[in-house]
Amino acid sequence: MSRLNLRTAFKRAPNPEAPPPSHQVCLEGDVKQAIDVGRTRLVIAAALFAMAFGAVGLRLADVTVMSRGGEPRLADAPRVAAPIQTTRAEILDRNGLLLATSLYTPSLYADPQAVIDPVAAARALATVLPGISEQEIVTKLSAERRFVWIKRNLTPRQKFEINRLGIPGFYFQREERRVYPQSGAAAHVVGYTDVDGRGIAGIEQSFDEVLRSGGQPVQLSLDLRLQHIVRESLIESMTEFQAIGAAGVVLDAKTAEVLAMVSLPDFDPNHAGSIDPDAQFNRATLGVYEMGSTFKVFNHAMALDSGKVRIGGSFDATQPIRISRFTINDYHPEKRWLSVAEIFEHSSNIGSARMAMEVGVNGQQDFMKKIGMLARLPIEVPEAGLPLAPSPWREINLMTISFGHGLSVSPLHLVSGVSAMVNGGVLRPVTLLKREAGATPAGTRVIAERTSEQMRKLLRLVVEKGTGRNASAEGYLVGGKTGTAEKLSGRGYNRKARISSFVGAFPINDPKYIVLAMIDEPVGNKRTFGYATGGWVAAPVVKNIVQRMAPMYGILPVDESAPEIRRDLVLDIAPRDTQNGGKRLASY
Amino acid sequence: MSALSRTDTSAFGRWWWTIDRWSLAAIGLIIGFGALMTLAASPPVAERIGLDQFYFVRRHFALLPVGITLLIGVSLLAPQQVRRLAVLGLLISIAMLVAVLFVGGEIKGARRWINLAGFSLQPSEFVKPFFAVVAAWMFAEWRKGEGFPGHLVALAMYGLIAGLLLLQPDLGQAVVVSAIFFGQFFLAGMPIIWIVGAIVLGVTGLIGAYFTLDHVASRIDRFLDPGSGDSYQVDRSLEAFMNGGLFGRGPGEGTVKAYIPDAHADFIFAVAGEELGLLACLLVVTLFTFVVLRGFARVLGEQSLYVMLAAAGLLAQFGVQALINMGSTLHLIPTKGMTLPFVSYGGSSLLALSVGMGMALALTRRRVGRGGSR
Repeated sequence: MSRLNLRTAFKRAPNPEAPPPSHQVCLEGDVKQAIDVGRTRLVIAAALFAMAFGAVGLRLADVTVMSRGGEPRLADAPRVAAPIQTTRAEILDRNGLLLATSLYTPSLYADPQAVIDPVAAARALATVLPGISEQEIVTKLSAERRFVWIKRNLTPRQKFEINRLGIPGFYFQREERRVYPQSGAAAHVVGYTDVDGRGIAGIEQSFDEVLRSGGQPVQLSLDLRLQHIVRESLIESMTEFQAIGAAGVVLDAKTAEVLAMVSLPDFDPNHAGSIDPDAQFNRATLGVYEMGSTFKVFNHAMALDSGKVRIGGSFDATQPIRISRFTINDYHPEKRWLSVAEIFEHSSNIGSARMAMEVGVNGQQDFMKKIGMLARLPIEVPEAGLPLAPSPWREINLMTISFGHGLSVSPLHLVSGVSAMVNGGVLRPVTLLKREAGATPAGTRVIAERTSEQMRKLLRLVVEKGTGRNASAEGYLVGGKTGTAEKLSGRGYNRKARISSFVGAFPINDPKYIVLAMIDEPVGNKRTFGYATGGWVAAPVVKNIVQRMAPMYGILPVDESAPEIRRDLVLDIAPRDTQNGGKRLASY
Repeated sequence: MSALSRTDTSAFGRWWWTIDRWSLAAIGLIIGFGALMTLAASPPVAERIGLDQFYFVRRHFALLPVGITLLIGVSLLAPQQVRRLAVLGLLISIAMLVAVLFVGGEIKGARRWINLAGFSLQPSEFVKPFFAVVAAWMFAEWRKGEGFPGHLVALAMYGLIAGLLLLQPDLGQAVVVSAIFFGQFFLAGMPIIWIVGAIVLGVTGLIGAYFTLDHVASRIDRFLDPGSGDSYQVDRSLEAFMNGGLFGRGPGEGTVKAYIPDAHADFIFAVAGEELGLLACLLVVTLFTFVVLRGFARVLGEQSLYVMLAAAGLLAQFGVQALINMGSTLHLIPTKGMTLPFVSYGGSSLLALSVGMGMALALTRRRVGRGGSR
């Protein structure tokens, strides 16, 4: 309508509410003006409404379609789950990978009184529930109780299938099930829970309360990648040498964090009900063994640190030592005087025993106590073995302990001690939990820095020229010590059943990692000329581990014959060298 | 409706040829949409609070015929009859607003409900349309220039009603009443200085509410910073829209209604978003927009200021409620309990809106001599 039309059209309206004519005549102008203002403003109001509804429409498109590609509203999602306090916290590796988590699963139960036809119900159920027979279900359904478990922890598909059957009297209970996505990879460390979710081994047991409170996940020091490397290398070796078991540990030499710890055979914690007791046994922490020659690392450090034996000294190894009814022999008898370095290099039992005698029973006992070999390790899993120490501690024990017999410790004890011997002489408590940067405890000094430096050179000598040559991962400067111990069997030692081990550190000029491989009862083969000693069996495992882990940890290979490296690592006294000094010492 | 001849002069025949059939159709569609959504959204809510699954559905469907009858019955009235109805209705509503303060049932810290013959009524819903019509009448009288201070009378009534609403307290309804009242005042030719004053008053009122009413403060805080408190309903609501996408999951296939406590009432639009998707929701928004703008256009050519203001006020109430509801659901504005007209479950709201829109339809009917070619 046009405005002109409006003005002229406004006359007397026949509306009931229209003002009486007498008033309208004189007030027509006012009312007309008011109507005009109202009309203009009504257009403004309409525009405002149109815009507001338009905004709603745009927002609708925004939240329904546009927001899809954007960031998922993940930050909000856990809020729904957060108040459920029953959720057991997760266990993570040091890089945040999932080692243990909890999932909700439905469990099927029945009220037998409400089941109309138990036989038909059982027949139908048996078709969707493998692993439980029709007869078993009928038996359960004939119980007098009002509640029987039919099957626990079903899959969502099974639940769907059962719902689809639509049999009355069956119900689901939401239960929590612990899941280990890595199955056996860190089984002995992580442990497992029973069917009711209580931790009954490993971290699951020792941190049960913490995990149960459902707060922050527990983050372990383990590196899952390394865990796999160690496990694979050990399995390879076990298979080749038909061994009954194996253990491996990688320790951060600076922080004493356990980066990998494997015990074989292992198990799948997802099926905790059917674990073989042997597989359940943690050889790395719970098992205590006479470690054999790897213990000479401690003996040499003890002797050198006491000041009673100097690195330039030498000892008579021409004859076996006879003491009461025992004879101490060398495995590779040199039948001559050996320098301190040669004793280590050739792993001479006779020489080691003589060095220990310089320090004495009390000195040895104190030293072993100081480096933690006489007490349970302060490790975070409940499976921590108590060392077996001689009592009383006689002279014969002094001698045998010098080469690793008569004192049984766990492999982790050995790794912890060796770490202190090479890292500058400081013993730190080993841990399975990830340490925050800068939160490494100061530790206690157990040997002088100088002694530690001498030990590093001795360990390098073994890999370069001695029994540990098979551990030499070219470029990574491995230093280490072999060990081959006969296992106790009944009252004596069994020559056929051995523990073969190698404990190494690399790079030995500034050790960052300690690596241990221990093979339980290996059998020599053609390739090793029938040998099953630490040098033949365990040293290659360590080499393998070092070669695979070093690139991962950003350790660059070096030229091992570079003068500046040799200057740091080669002992000033190297008797078997073609150098003059060597000859002179050998004839000493 | 070929059966109805143009020359039919019966009451119904006249009604049919004078009523705004487009608006009527749009309102009908909205009512149908509401019925569908009540079927979808309310059973899970009823089940959760321990009622029979179809409790809300039954009640909604029982009230729908009453509402539709009221809507059509009221739309048959002439403008003067509308005014009489509004005056009467306003008096009763104010009396109930006063009564509710003394005998009202307290729910979540507010007295908003009154029990009447087995029904619980929410007087604040009824006061809105009646007041819009009465205020329009007062403004129209004021503009006649006979010296009758209609605007002051309206202002006094507004003060009384807003005060009563704040005493419950029901800030949401107070905001709607204020918006409509000042909107009408604006249309009625409120002087510019008053407009500025009204805006200042509104802003200070809201700021005052923020500082004096804790629940208002917390809602606004949560809107501005969702991390500061529980924004559960809105989060679920946005999730619902996201799940719905363009075409929705299909009627009845939504999941969010199981989580949102008010899925059948204030958050029904979210259920629609999830089940029917963006396109259906846009259609609903369009229907609301259409009803409001179409009504405005109908009264643009109106010669009676009273009719124009009353219709605009009633339509604005309808539009503002829809906007507040959708805006809350979409997290455009802080959460404010407000029903989506004719869609949300809620007896008082449905009946009051039926009367209100019935009056709006009555006022937008084509009348002889109201001028213009429309």
